[in-house]
Amino acid sequence: MTATETHAHDHPDFLQHHWDTPVQQFEAGKMGMWLFLATEVLLFGGLFVAYAVWRGNHPDMFRFGSRYLNTTMGAINTAVLIASSLTMAAAVTMAQRNKRGALIILLSLTLAGAITFLVIKYFEYTHKFREGWYPGVMLYERPAHAESWIDDYPTPRLAGEGSSPVVPAAFAGGPVAEPTTVPPPAVAPAGVDAAALAEMDGIAADHDEHGRTHLLHPAQDPDRPANAHMFFNIYFMMTGLHGIHVTAGVFMLSWLIWGAARGRFTSAYFTPVDLGGLYWHIVDLIWIFLFPLFYLI
Amino acid sequence: MTTIDATNPVPEPPAYAAATDNYLTHTRGFMSWAGTLDHKRIGVMYLVSVLSAFFLAGMFGMLVRTELMRPGQDFLSQDQYNMLFTLHGAIMVFLVIIPSVPASLGNFVLPIMLGAKDVAFPRLNLFSYYLWLIGAICAISSIFFGGVDTGWTLYVPYSTHGTTMGGVIPVAAAIFILGFSSIFTGLNFIVTIHRLRPPGMTWFKMPLFLWSIYATGILQVMATPVIGITVVLLIVERAFGIGIFDPSLGGDPILFQHFFWFYSHPAVYIMILPAMGIISELIAVHSHRHIFGYRFIAFSSVAIAIFSFLVWGHHMFLSSQSPLMNVVFSAITFSVAIPSAVKVFNWLATLYKGSITLNTPMLYALSFLFMFAIAGLTGLHLGTLATDIHLHDTYFVVAHFHYTMLGSALIGMIGGLHHWWPKITGRMYSEFWGRIACGLVFVGFNVTFFTQFVLGSLGMPRRYHDYSGPGWSPDTTALFFKYHLVSTIGSYIMALGFFLTAAYLIHSLFRGRKAPANPWGGRSLEWQCASPPPHDNFSEPPHVGDCYDFSVLEWDEAEQGYHWRHDLPREPGEA
Repeated sequence: MTATETHAHDHPDFLQHHWDTPVQQFEAGKMGMWLFLATEVLLFGGLFVAYAVWRGNHPDMFRFGSRYLNTTMGAINTAVLIASSLTMAAAVTMAQRNKRGALIILLSLTLAGAITFLVIKYFEYTHKFREGWYPGVMLYERPAHAESWIDDYPTPRLAGEGSSPVVPAAFAGGPVAEPTTVPPPAVAPAGVDAAALAEMDGIAADHDEHGRTHLLHPAQDPDRPANAHMFFNIYFMMTGLHGIHVTAGVFMLSWLIWGAARGRFTSAYFTPVDLGGLYWHIVDLIWIFLFPLFYLI
Repeated sequence: MTTIDATNPVPEPPAYAAATDNYLTHTRGFMSWAGTLDHKRIGVMYLVSVLSAFFLAGMFGMLVRTELMRPGQDFLSQDQYNMLFTLHGAIMVFLVIIPSVPASLGNFVLPIMLGAKDVAFPRLNLFSYYLWLIGAICAISSIFFGGVDTGWTLYVPYSTHGTTMGGVIPVAAAIFILGFSSIFTGLNFIVTIHRLRPPGMTWFKMPLFLWSIYATGILQVMATPVIGITVVLLIVERAFGIGIFDPSLGGDPILFQHFFWFYSHPAVYIMILPAMGIISELIAVHSHRHIFGYRFIAFSSVAIAIFSFLVWGHHMFLSSQSPLMNVVFSAITFSVAIPSAVKVFNWLATLYKGSITLNTPMLYALSFLFMFAIAGLTGLHLGTLATDIHLHDTYFVVAHFHYTMLGSALIGMIGGLHHWWPKITGRMYSEFWGRIACGLVFVGFNVTFFTQFVLGSLGMPRRYHDYSGPGWSPDTTALFFKYHLVSTIGSYIMALGFFLTAAYLIHSLFRGRKAPANPWGGRSLEWQCASPPPHDNFSEPPHVGDCYDFSVLEWDEAEQGYHWRHDLPREPGEA
């Protein structure tokens, strides 16, 4: 179908009145979607910058926190999303080839992938909540004597410093505590709380050789650096925003399946499937960056 | 001209007598507007909404000025004062100036200039209007949640650990929603310009207004998501304590400033670029002379858009940025002056030996040239590291950005409003009162804000509700009092001008002379439609000529408008 054949008089149902040809409408839709995806990249770009800044300032916090993420679950989720991207791409082809049955099956498989991802994410999140990690300091139980939410929670405190929060060396711009195999000193120097000192000492041992099953409950982990919970704040923020996008994808895929079942999409008009596919790929792509950044490194 | 009444009707122009059905009368009823997909109606709804928000925020600004007129606390408490200037700034920036030209005038004019029936995505267009409406409700509802007193910049820790803070989340949510309204408008226009140009209209035959809207669209799409994520982080910070901007948890408050200005500096050009586009049209049409240096003006819009992403650090010279960064940002800031000056020189060259009509749109265009020159040149003072240390956070800054935002962006918008008013409403406004009001606005504006340059260089800090009492020497107070008094009187003159503008424009809706299709002698395609345009703009795609070649038009006394010269044959492919 070329532009000249369809001029003015041949207006199919799906062609809106201000377009001359279906090709013109399709190309405009595709361009609009690409521009929207650019805004999505920039939206997440802000979070990636925040991640980079924070990780650069507090590498110990990230090294400690990532040990408490379940790499197996993350890897399964990565595989699920990549597989769903494949089925989505195939669905677009099936729409272009007028194969309605295959289109519905492939879209449903993609939807199943999206839901599987969210279910696994649900188990990961609830596990974190049970371990005592929450998305934000205000959700932690407020210590009875603390003046504000942020005043006291895990930030270590030297004895005799009164109520002013202690700024750990890593925050004060001093050298960040390097990983070391020296265990925390058994005897505290005079006037210093031994537990706080142990927390200040940074990561005391490499736990990887002991295996992840031997991790202590995070609250009792002597290697916990100051403000270790902040790793989980940015983890929940970034994976949460991504999760919202996956949830939007669930609705979008359901809508596409509904449209496919009604026979809306043909080789002449498959724009929604194509644009939905583009959206789904960007959601996958963002996860492919999130997975190594949080789980692996 | 005489007014129209039933006994003595002014005859309709014969050529357009047939066009009885226009976009205003096409369908009737509330739902035909609330659910419309017609870009012209959406543009008019934006126009009314934006001007209402302008009135509200303008009133806040008047209250602020009135409080400052005399030293001492007059009728606003410190907290009320802080909330008023915050809302004045936030509403003016996010609800008024950013959507003013693209979403209202742009929406109306852009598809017609392209000879198209509508924008690329009409539903998205309506959706972005409703996003604007929701954002407006969120922003104004902040008053009922305890207000917000952080300044429109919402800097942390004011916005996270301040005192009267209930309104921060509604305002931040409003900025997020308005941001997406702006993104969708920009996205829509970019695609429209790419995909809906008529046959014969190549990129370099587009009216310059479209070039500037295109550059603006790129900025809206590429910069706005960053403020979106920033305010989301701010909301989460306040709601849950995520700590990214909180130094007591290891976060970085300067990161907020980087994020904020990464958007908000390009946002300055989202505001000014469309106004520059309008000025290109006004100057060419009302001096009846071919625009000088078309390609330079077009490319300077794009150059400004690119530069604008690289200068955000000049807002943070005193925010513990490294000296190297300061120097780099300062140098790039100066380079923005080049494309801006290219535009101004080309406009001046267009005026030179033109046949200038000093009507209201032209007077606004000339006001723009005058005030934009001051705005740009004082920007260089602030971009210079040494002087910025003295001028930072003084009234010099206030005066500078008011010259940019109000004196340039909004004055350009008001000029464009007058230029396209006959097209939008089908009525002519009173030229006499138009000139008077423009004079009042021009004089009032300069009296208000030029004094603030002096005030700022003398050391008056911004955002203070009082300049007397402990810590102020009586001499300083007496000195500042003089300038503040003059400034406040100027603002009353300016307000009078704007009220007068509102009065004669509304009057023209009921009593104005019927507008001809082409009252000014414009060549771009919107002047080929009837006034007001019919529902579908053009029954078939029009042919395009040189939209700045005015020699083919002649004045018709009976019609009170311009049309194609009788002695010229209509060339094939020319309209």
